[in-house]
Amino acid sequence: MATSLPQPLTERDLRLDLFRGIALWLIFLGHIPSNTVSWITIRNYGFSDATEIFVFISGYSAAFVYGRAMQSAGFVIAAARVLKRAWQIYVAHVFLFAIYLAEIAYVAKNFDNPLYTEEMGVLDFMKNPDVTILQALMLKFKPVNMDVLPLYIVLLIWFAPILWLLLRSPTLALLVSAAIYAVMWMFNLNLPGYPSGGWVFNPFAWQLLFVLGAWCALGGAQRLGRWLNSPVLIGCAVLYLVFAFLIALTWYIPRLAVYVPAFVGEAIYPIDKTNLDVLRILHFLSLAVITVYFVPRNWPRLKHPVFWPAIVCGQHSLEIFCLGVFLSFAGHFVFTEVSNRVLTHFVVSLAGIVIMVGAAALLSWYKRVERQPRPPSKQPGFAEGDVR
Amino acid sequence: MRRIQLLVALIVLAGAEGALPAVAKPVQCRVPGFEAERIFPLPRVARAIEAKRLSILVIGNGSSLLPGPTGKDVSYPVRLQAALSKLLPGVVVTVATDVVPRRIAIDAAKAMPKALAATKPALVVWQTGTVDAMQSTDPDQFSRALEKGINIIRAAGADVIFINAQYSPRTESMIALGIYAENMRWIAMQHEVPLFDRFRLMQLWSDVGTFDLYSATKKLDMAEGVHDCIGQLLADLVLEAARMPGNK
Repeated sequence: MATSLPQPLTERDLRLDLFRGIALWLIFLGHIPSNTVSWITIRNYGFSDATEIFVFISGYSAAFVYGRAMQSAGFVIAAARVLKRAWQIYVAHVFLFAIYLAEIAYVAKNFDNPLYTEEMGVLDFMKNPDVTILQALMLKFKPVNMDVLPLYIVLLIWFAPILWLLLRSPTLALLVSAAIYAVMWMFNLNLPGYPSGGWVFNPFAWQLLFVLGAWCALGGAQRLGRWLNSPVLIGCAVLYLVFAFLIALTWYIPRLAVYVPAFVGEAIYPIDKTNLDVLRILHFLSLAVITVYFVPRNWPRLKHPVFWPAIVCGQHSLEIFCLGVFLSFAGHFVFTEVSNRVLTHFVVSLAGIVIMVGAAALLSWYKRVERQPRPPSKQPGFAEGDVR
Repeated sequence: MRRIQLLVALIVLAGAEGALPAVAKPVQCRVPGFEAERIFPLPRVARAIEAKRLSILVIGNGSSLLPGPTGKDVSYPVRLQAALSKLLPGVVVTVATDVVPRRIAIDAAKAMPKALAATKPALVVWQTGTVDAMQSTDPDQFSRALEKGINIIRAAGADVIFINAQYSPRTESMIALGIYAENMRWIAMQHEVPLFDRFRLMQLWSDVGTFDLYSATKKLDMAEGVHDCIGQLLADLVLEAARMPGNK
C-alpha cells in the first residue's frame, strides 16, 4: 500500500503561477462593468472564463502544498492548516465586503435619478444593515463579483477529507467528486443565498474542477501524459474550441445566430455558469490540453522576464485576487465619477494591472526578507508555506 | 469632468429657461447598432390592426413608470400609445398598464390571468428581469416564470413582446443582470417572442451621448426623454413584427 502512494511533484511548476496570474488579470478586467478592455478576456471567445482557470489551478496548488503536509505530518496537521487558510480567505472576504459597503453607501447618498427608482431599490439593504451584514458574514449575502472567495472557502473546508482519499485512491476520489456533481444536477442542490436563490458559483458543481486540479497535481497529469500528447486529443480540443468560438461570435453579432441550427441551440443553451455546465468544463479542458502541449513544463522561456509580471501575481493569488476586486470597484468609480471614455478604460485597466504587479513584487520581497535565515531557530517546516 | 459638464449644462438651461417655452430639444432616438436581433410575427396584433382596434397591456415593474404626479403621462406606455396612434391612423389604440414595482417574474405571471381578463389585449408588453436580478432569484425559476407567462398570455389570445432591464451604469456593480438577461434572450428566441433590447439600446445611447445616464438629477427631463424614445422605438418594433410575412 505504502509503496503505491502517488508522489506529488516536487518542484514548483511555473506554468501554474503564470496562468493563474493571467487569470487574475482577466478577472480584474472582467469585473469592471462596461470595461472596453474586457473584450480581451477569454469569456468572449468561448464558453469558459478565467474562473475555471483560477479554480482548477487553486485545486492543483492546494494538493501540491497540503498533499506533502499530509504525507509528512499526518491528516490532523494538514487539515488544521487547510482550515487556517480557509479562515484567512474568510477574513479577506469580509474585508472586501467592508469596502463594498462604503461604495454602496456613497452611491446611495449621492445618486438620485427618477429614471432609476427601481434600480436604486438595490440600496435598500442599507436600511437594515444588521440583517445584511449578518447574512454577509454567513456567506449568504454576496455582492456582485464577490462570489469567488466564498466558493474557495467552502472548497477548502471540504478539501481535507477529499485530499485524504486522493492520497490513497485518486481514482475513487475523482469518482466521488464526479458523483457529487451528478447528484447536484439531478436534485438541483445548491447552498442558500440571500435574499433568495442560491450561490452564484454552486460549490457542489465547482468542487469537480477543484478536485480535478488536485488529482492532476497528485500524479494524475503524469498518468495522462501520453494521452495528452496524442494528436487525436489535440485535434478534438482544437475543433471544440473553434466550435465554441463560432457560437460565441453569435452572441456579439446577432445576425449570425440564424446560422446556428435549432437542434444545436436546443442542445447547448442555456450554458449554465452557476452549475458549471459540462460545456464549460470541456472548453476549459480543451484550453488546458492545448496549453500543456505548447507550453511544456520545462519550457526555458518561462524564466524570461516577459512572463515575470504574470508569474509574480500568480504566486500571491489570494492577495492579488482581493486587490483586483478592490481595484475593479475603484475602476468603476473612476468610470462613473471622472470619465467614461474608451481611453480612460485603457488607462484604468493598465494602471490596475501595474498596481497588481507592483503589489505582488512587494509581497515577494517581504517573503524573501522574512525567509532570510535567522540562526537561532531554523524552522524545519514546509518549504512552500501556504498556497500562494 | 462629468460634474463640470453637467454644471455648465444646468447654467445654460437656467439661462435659456426664461426666454424659451419648455420645448424639449428633438432627440435622435434611433442609434446605429440597434436592431432587434430576431423579430417574430405578431399575428394577433396584425389582425387587431386590420380590425382597427388595437388594445395593449403593459406588464412591468418600476422602470415602466416614472415617479411623481405627472410621471404616468410621460412614461413609455403612454408614449407607445401616442406613437402607435400616429403611425396607425384610423386605428383605435389603447394601452393599459399593470405596473407593480419590485414584483418578480413569477408573481407577475401569477397576476396575469386577472389583468388579461380585465383588458382583453391583443398584445402584452412584458417588462421584467431587473427585480429578479436584484433579489437574485433562482435563474431557472426565472426562466420557468417567463415560460409560464408566455403560455398564459398566448392562451388568453394575445401576442407578447419582452422588454429587458434598463442599462443603469451607476448600479451596474451592484445588480448582476447577466444571467437573467441571457435566460430572457434565450427563452424569447425559443418561444419566438420579439425582444425589445432596452439594455442594449440605453447602452448605445450612453456611448453615443444621446442621454447622460450617469447624471444625478432629481428632475424628470432626461427620464422623460428616455421614455419617449422607448415608446417610439417600441411602436416601430410592434409594427415591424406585425407586418412580417409570417402573420397570415
